[in-house]
Amino acid sequence: MNPRPTPFVPDPSGAAASGTARSGHEASGHEPSGPRHAVVVGHGMVGARFAEEVARRDPGGLRLRLTVVGAEPEGPYNRILLPDVLAGRLGAGDLALPALPEGAADVRHGTAATAIDPARRSVVLDTGERLGYDELVLATGAAAVLPPLPGVAHGDGTPAPGVSALRDLGDCRRLMALVRPGAPVVVLGGGVLGLEAARALAGRGARVHLVESAPWIMRRGLDQQAAGILAGHYEALGVTVHAWRTAARWLPGTGLELDDGQVLAGDALVVTAGVRANSGLASAAGLAVDGGVLVDDLLGTSDPRIHAIGDCARHSGGGGGLVASGWEQAAVLADLVTGAAPGARYRGARPVTRLKAEGIELTSLGEPDADASAETVTLADPPGGRYAKLSVRDGRVAGAILLGFPDSAAVIARLYTAASPVPADRLALLLGGAVGGAGTGDAGTSAGAVSEAAADPLVCLCNGVTRSTIEDAWLDGARTRDAVAAATRATTGCGGCVRDVGTLLGSLAEKAPVGD
Amino acid sequence: MTRTHCPYCALQCAMHVESDGAGGHTTRPAPFPTSRGGLCRKGWSAGALLAAPDRLTTPLMRPAKDAPLRPVGWDTALDHVAGRLAALRAERGPDAVAVFGGGGLTNEKSYLLGKFARVALATSQIDYNGRFCMSSAAAAGLRAFGIDRGLPFPVTDLAESDAVLLAGANVAETMPPLMGHLSAPRLIVVDPRRSATAERALAVGGLHLAPRPGTDLALALGILHAVRAEGGLAHGYIEERTTGFDAAWRHCAGWWPERAELTTGVPAADIRAAARILAGAGRAHILTGRGSEQHANGTDTVSAWINLALALGLPGRPGSGYGCLTGQGNGQGGREHGQKADQLPGYRRIDDPAARRHVASVWGIDPGSLPGPGRSASELIDALGTADGPGALLLFGSNPVVSAPGAGRVSPRLAALDLLVVADFVLSETAELADVVLPVTQWAEEDGTMTNLEGRILRRRRAVAPPEGVRSDLEVLHGLAVRLGRSGAEFPADPGTVLAELRAASAGGAADYSGATPERLAAEEALHWPCPDGAGTPRLFLDGFTHPDGRARFTAVDHRDTAEAPDADYPLVATTGRVLAHYQSGAQTRRVPELAAAEPEAFVEVHPDTAAHSGLVDGQWARVVSRRGATEARVRATPGARSDTVFLPFHFAAGQRANLITDTALDPVSRMPEFKACAVRLEPRERAGSGERP
Repeated sequence: MNPRPTPFVPDPSGAAASGTARSGHEASGHEPSGPRHAVVVGHGMVGARFAEEVARRDPGGLRLRLTVVGAEPEGPYNRILLPDVLAGRLGAGDLALPALPEGAADVRHGTAATAIDPARRSVVLDTGERLGYDELVLATGAAAVLPPLPGVAHGDGTPAPGVSALRDLGDCRRLMALVRPGAPVVVLGGGVLGLEAARALAGRGARVHLVESAPWIMRRGLDQQAAGILAGHYEALGVTVHAWRTAARWLPGTGLELDDGQVLAGDALVVTAGVRANSGLASAAGLAVDGGVLVDDLLGTSDPRIHAIGDCARHSGGGGGLVASGWEQAAVLADLVTGAAPGARYRGARPVTRLKAEGIELTSLGEPDADASAETVTLADPPGGRYAKLSVRDGRVAGAILLGFPDSAAVIARLYTAASPVPADRLALLLGGAVGGAGTGDAGTSAGAVSEAAADPLVCLCNGVTRSTIEDAWLDGARTRDAVAAATRATTGCGGCVRDVGTLLGSLAEKAPVGD
Repeated sequence: MTRTHCPYCALQCAMHVESDGAGGHTTRPAPFPTSRGGLCRKGWSAGALLAAPDRLTTPLMRPAKDAPLRPVGWDTALDHVAGRLAALRAERGPDAVAVFGGGGLTNEKSYLLGKFARVALATSQIDYNGRFCMSSAAAAGLRAFGIDRGLPFPVTDLAESDAVLLAGANVAETMPPLMGHLSAPRLIVVDPRRSATAERALAVGGLHLAPRPGTDLALALGILHAVRAEGGLAHGYIEERTTGFDAAWRHCAGWWPERAELTTGVPAADIRAAARILAGAGRAHILTGRGSEQHANGTDTVSAWINLALALGLPGRPGSGYGCLTGQGNGQGGREHGQKADQLPGYRRIDDPAARRHVASVWGIDPGSLPGPGRSASELIDALGTADGPGALLLFGSNPVVSAPGAGRVSPRLAALDLLVVADFVLSETAELADVVLPVTQWAEEDGTMTNLEGRILRRRRAVAPPEGVRSDLEVLHGLAVRLGRSGAEFPADPGTVLAELRAASAGGAADYSGATPERLAAEEALHWPCPDGAGTPRLFLDGFTHPDGRARFTAVDHRDTAEAPDADYPLVATTGRVLAHYQSGAQTRRVPELAAAEPEAFVEVHPDTAAHSGLVDGQWARVVSRRGATEARVRATPGARSDTVFLPFHFAAGQRANLITDTALDPVSRMPEFKACAVRLEPRERAGSGERP
């Protein structure tokens, strides 16, 4: 509401010149005469969302002029859905992100930024051009890490034949060409993406081996027992899980050799063994970087004019690697740079991991193995393939693992993200059934009301007719449904009690004294 | 015995009204396709309305601003009102006088009220309580289909459907006989509450999706996402009959079911299950109600449901469709004939030159003298008594002191007026504040037409003579118009004469009533508009949509959060709605002893744990506090409730008005207020005052 035109106090020194090439004005200590110029480096899910959020807050571009630079030749798309494309549920074209309104930004595809010059507030492009900026937003994302195993990558770091990450549409297309029904595939990395990829590949008819070097799959989100039950689901789908096994080398045309000499046959190797923030531009420009461009609650870096959001950024509150956090950061930064909500802050994430794997309902959040300071309820049903664990500290959800409990998972995830109080009956909460909270059974109803209702239940809700009213009508001679309707109005509303009234009439007739 | 229709909701169940032989009247159901011979408790007890002990039978006037209302004669009252209106208009221009109507008024009253405003008063300042009801669905329907008729198909089609999704509609309580059409289809009920309708769906193998209030849009996007991933898109239909799918899809793409789950709280598995049910159904319907519509993103939310229906290929396919369940008795007809700030009779736009010429020619005036669009209901209320706003208000068939959002602000605005005139048949909470109260007829005392939720025009028949001293709204408008210098013939008091004029004025418009002759109405022909000289039109869109290219339009919409998010001070979300025993502001049903006994007071439905966190137990009186005010309600501990949400019915008066807490944020397109989600906290009433931070 009531946005301020310029959110940030401009550089008081006024020394740094604004853009040289395209920035239309000097950013100085004085009120700028036109819109400020923001350059966004990176046109992926988060960079595109930032532009969209800015366009929504500043539809006419009165406060901010945007230039977006994206290295990929195509427009932004929804990377999260790549496993759906791999599974054949969506087409590559279905992943396009919303188009920006006409004129909302100057978007340059197939153009990479090669350097940042903070002193001159400009970005150097691979075209040789320099873009001046008032605000620079880094949304360069992250890149898949190829492990330093023999045979996996070429000398220049690109994947060797048969090897692919699952990070972009190119990877996806490469994999779809490599994987034929019935063909063996190895997935290296048993995290969320690896598990989603394995599920999708199994759905395409591939025979899948999944290799994880940690003691169990989804090591960061699951405890050992849950991981074992989850592995059981995968085995049932035809995915062989090899946890706590180290890969030794990739043998193109053969498969993946493990450190014990066993070779897992594979036409393709899908590497899902982690990502690394694309922070090279930032570190070269002297910004503070430590596993990502370091940002504060305003998503500012060590240079007040430069911001970072999404997978390239690292905030002390976490959230890296999750698109939901990146999108939240995009919204907060848009609030700030347009002045729409100068008080907006990014306070870190309360991430919920939700596996997208057809037929498997898995949610993991918070601490998978909370210590004794939390109260923990666990339900394990290995034969049924289900596992539920809820840890509560100070009346709030500290962590949960829910495998095969979709209803309670949805409820507990809401309680966790909103940091809401946990209902008193934890077991009922885990068993689910009720919405939004605990509550199976009649915990909240007073005993009096229950027994009263049980003694004379409502038969016809629409007309407030109880059983005793119908019994009285029967005693007064109403022996058919129509007669009961005429006498009591029962069955004349929604008609939902027609059968109940019929049953009641039947039982009254049976109980009636002979000769009646 | 007289056959007419129920005084309450838009289902307009047919009923017989007959004398009970003791001076009173009773009602019983009459055969009719939409109500299937059903009546709910409200309809069964409607006879008691005719015997309301505090029935107004004489005009009331305040001799001075602070003096109590006093009985006066009709001439005194009408002379006073006309004189004041004329003076105010002379002093401050025609827009100094405003008119506020209602969705319960007959078509004839709605029409004449709009004409009275534009011709006798020449004011642009007219709107009605339907703005709080149907406006989001109307706006979304117009942009998708080019026309807005609540159900573009007969209600009876629903019984033949394989799957029906009800978004934010608790029909088992608000429209019980409609459930009779829903016993065969698989039901998917979208409601934050485990409502009676949701219970029914679950009992027969349907689905209940319980989104956090204000997240229906994300849910609809998530279901559409799942429909596509499950291979359920109606590709041929999308290609041949629609435009804009790709742009709409790009927003859906970002709402994969697991993400929609985190925002809405609806399990992804249920989202997929709903998608499979809908995509697998041979015939399916998607219906929206106020729960999805009464939001500051209500228009976009309805658009998202329509997008889903279009993606499934439902609208305009025989036996399938999208529809909105109109709420008020004449919520459909009431929005078609000129009560709306931006419309002229026949559902014409007031800013359309051709429409203005047509209506002006029927009215025998210069098109240039017709005013333009005025303020929407909520904005009109905010403007009352301000320097730029109206100084006088004529109010017919509405009770905004109870029914308007942020109700606490309404009384001060009404008090700031020079003149408030209320026409009603009892002294409603709003009438109590009036300077002049005019006693008017009610349903069984008058003739006219109503248009039900499927766009079917019905006869309302007079069954009993009104009490002495009572006049019809048409007679009131006639009396005022004449006193304002118009000819009596321009404002007929006879409903048949008004209908004839309405038919001419609506001819050629979207809602064309020209063929709704008295003879065909009397014969109970199924007259669904458009109803030109030939027959009615039970099913729209079979051959094409109303846009010039004949195609329906997807609208690219995305979810946005509610205007007010819960925080530490107001940690819960309150949503409002209706209960079976009451209707709207309760001005009628609270006066029916049987209904008042069934639901005598406000309650707040809350999860027992949530109540306990607020120091409350079942049966205790609570204060529900928002940034706009506080209301009192008795705790109804409900284990099936979401723990983050409370529900309050809005039928109660004074300190129990749910609308004391509701948000006044408006939808940017429809100007619908955010009735269905605001941030609140609960506290015991006994502590009242100590913790108040309004």
